[in-house]
Amino acid sequence: MGKIVIDPITRIEGHLKVEAVVDGGEVKEAKCSGMLFRGFEKILEGRDPRDAQIITQRICGVCNHCHTTAAALNLDSAFGISDKIPDNGRIMRNLTMGFHQVQDHILHFYHLAALDYVDVTKVATYKGKDRTLDSIKAFISRGELAPFVPRYEGDYRFSPEVDQELVLHYVQALEMRRKGHEAVAILGGKVPHACAVTPGGATEIPTVDKIATLLWRAKELRAFVEDVYVPDVIKVAETYGDYFEIGKGCGRFLSYGVFDLDGKNPNYTNRTRLFKQGSTSVELQHQLLDLKQINEWVKHSWYEEDTSGCHPYDEDTKPLPNKVGGYSWIKAPRYNGEVYEVGPLARIAVSYAAGDPAIKEMVDSLLSHFKASPNVLFSVLGRHAARALCALHIAKNLERWVLELRPGEPAFIDYTIPEEGTGVGIVDAARGALGHWVVIRDKKIAKYQCVVPTTWNASPMDDMGNHGPIEQALIGTKVRDEENPFEIVRIVRSFDPCIACAVHLLNHKGRELGKYIVA
Amino acid sequence: MSSVKEIPAVWIAGGTCGGCSVSVLNAVVPSIKNVLIDELVPGRHISLKFHTNISAGSGDPVIKVIENVGEKNENEFLLIVEGAVSTAEEGIFCSVGEKNHSPVAIRQWVVDLGKKAMAVIALGTCSAFGGIPGGRPNPSRVRAVMDIFKEEKIKTPLINIPGCPPHPDWFIGTVAKILIMGLPKAEELDDWLRPKEFYGTLIHENCPRRPYFDEGKFAKKFGDPGCLYELGCKGPITYADCPLRQWNNGVNWCIRAGMGCQGCTQPEFPDLLGSFYEKLTDVDVPKIGEYWTRREG
Repeated sequence: MGKIVIDPITRIEGHLKVEAVVDGGEVKEAKCSGMLFRGFEKILEGRDPRDAQIITQRICGVCNHCHTTAAALNLDSAFGISDKIPDNGRIMRNLTMGFHQVQDHILHFYHLAALDYVDVTKVATYKGKDRTLDSIKAFISRGELAPFVPRYEGDYRFSPEVDQELVLHYVQALEMRRKGHEAVAILGGKVPHACAVTPGGATEIPTVDKIATLLWRAKELRAFVEDVYVPDVIKVAETYGDYFEIGKGCGRFLSYGVFDLDGKNPNYTNRTRLFKQGSTSVELQHQLLDLKQINEWVKHSWYEEDTSGCHPYDEDTKPLPNKVGGYSWIKAPRYNGEVYEVGPLARIAVSYAAGDPAIKEMVDSLLSHFKASPNVLFSVLGRHAARALCALHIAKNLERWVLELRPGEPAFIDYTIPEEGTGVGIVDAARGALGHWVVIRDKKIAKYQCVVPTTWNASPMDDMGNHGPIEQALIGTKVRDEENPFEIVRIVRSFDPCIACAVHLLNHKGRELGKYIVA
Repeated sequence: MSSVKEIPAVWIAGGTCGGCSVSVLNAVVPSIKNVLIDELVPGRHISLKFHTNISAGSGDPVIKVIENVGEKNENEFLLIVEGAVSTAEEGIFCSVGEKNHSPVAIRQWVVDLGKKAMAVIALGTCSAFGGIPGGRPNPSRVRAVMDIFKEEKIKTPLINIPGCPPHPDWFIGTVAKILIMGLPKAEELDDWLRPKEFYGTLIHENCPRRPYFDEGKFAKKFGDPGCLYELGCKGPITYADCPLRQWNNGVNWCIRAGMGCQGCTQPEFPDLLGSFYEKLTDVDVPKIGEYWTRREG
């Protein structure tokens, strides 16, 4: 029996280690460990509640705008103004979040995931006249191939021509995602870490010049998603079709929904959103979202267990390093006591199950291309396809939202910070369900909890002994070559993990180096 | 043989959100592709040996690459440190890779590689000063790279490029300068080791809302015209060229978007500046320019 330890897993956000026990060419056991701790919740305690938006976005430089949005919703709710945000503010939040997510999905597919499938070195034989490809050919001929080599070898399947085209798209995608970020900055000030989405709405005032440039930026992004990104995902799926069978996961999906289409309903769990709130199994039967069903379990995490299974408002975080049976600093959030996957696949599955016509049409047309049933979605390729469809669906709505902005009208409503109060802000981040919870006392933050997408997906076993979603997706996978475990990194990256987000807790005591390695 | 000189670079991440990397990805001209693939300046190519978000490889093979650069390219490679250096509990809060089945703490990497590098760029406020993870109560006891260097008596030239995140131009400009003109001279850096060409003036000195400040016209709520001083702007004590350079291809920047400066290039970020929404104490302004003199005196 062999153990594969991959540390660091690159081309994700943050410090992640994966261990897989392989027997007879099959993964029998899998464990994920986050390798960075900063202690954001502790840093937030005692601060002005308004600062939570500026500080929590810095949990993650990739997902920053999702934290900004969740924090703003959370503080709106704590300040009693969640139904009073001016439409301009609501729409600007949708636009900044929308442009952010589209560029983030492009970034993930091309710059984080694609090198698992695309062989950059095949540009060496390029014979055409394209200057970009020529410059990459020159780069290869100089012989210093970092950062594209070393890499796993032995399973790059595209012809040189297709590889060359995809490498060109890799470079074009760098420019497209930059332009997406610029669109976020037009309303958000700057990005990463946009400052202009705040509790109360947004500080920027929409003007006609901003509307005009955003409109054309939305068109450009949409064209790239429609003409390049979605077709490239299909190309990968056609050539690596076995990955429709690999990495199924836990088969239960949770989405908080995202993009508020109505700001007048103070209840985030059922206000009208572009992507729907709720949960579903692979049977695609929609269930309404109930935040009371969220609990976090710690039997296999290095924490004391007296509040294991409690809701984020009620739980304590008391570290217990080297606890017997513990193997992760990530807690195990569960919904209804069950393991749930979050992310673009969950977002698509829940909206599909809820009967959203636009989502159904997109998904059904993709499935008919592959002459497949919805079951193939629950796989490595299904996650990539769902991510591309999310980008497409958002990109199709951006132009409409831009035109809904009202120049010169307010985007912000003033508020007073309550002496005491609680808040919740939920939103589907690019990587899935993101929740912020706050307790305010004496106008200061008494407690702040974030339950983030990768905490769901990269969670360890819970108290009932159920593995987390990524672990479940790994277990049972056939690994053809233990020296080049493509299957493992392709499965892990299909979840688009973000470890800076997942591990933001702290411990008080040391633990011995290496103790957590479970052979 | 190629006549292009390869400048090896290792980009290592400590206690970071990854935002510095994403910001550098937003470089416009030269683009990030120009920086990594092409000759950034004629005859010089940055060979990025390792970057956690970009590198194709994972696990031990890439760890060997990092070690090899340290051994084979002593005094020839550029080390870029993104993120703060966690020091609590023997640095276990943040590790990259394993040696002999034990995680290697970021502090160890910074010391081992820092000693051998031609120069070190501490990129971002976390790396330069501690930043957000160093905010009270600093749960993972993060330190700045310069503090670790002081402690370990490492003499390698160090340049701080703070900002949360730093502007891509600040980073690429600094790298290009090293390639064209060599390492910056001591007098080209300020007391916090920041290149003066980017961090030489206060936000307040170049702020387009400055006339409002001088006339005492202050915004009372967000969206109002006027100076953002009373809404918490830290521009009067923050050194950076954001008002002139602007952000994300020049489309906007914090104050233009109606939010106060958050002081993100400063060693005081985020604690000593108070709430981002609270007015600075009046004693610090409007004696612009004298602020640091008094603090240091």
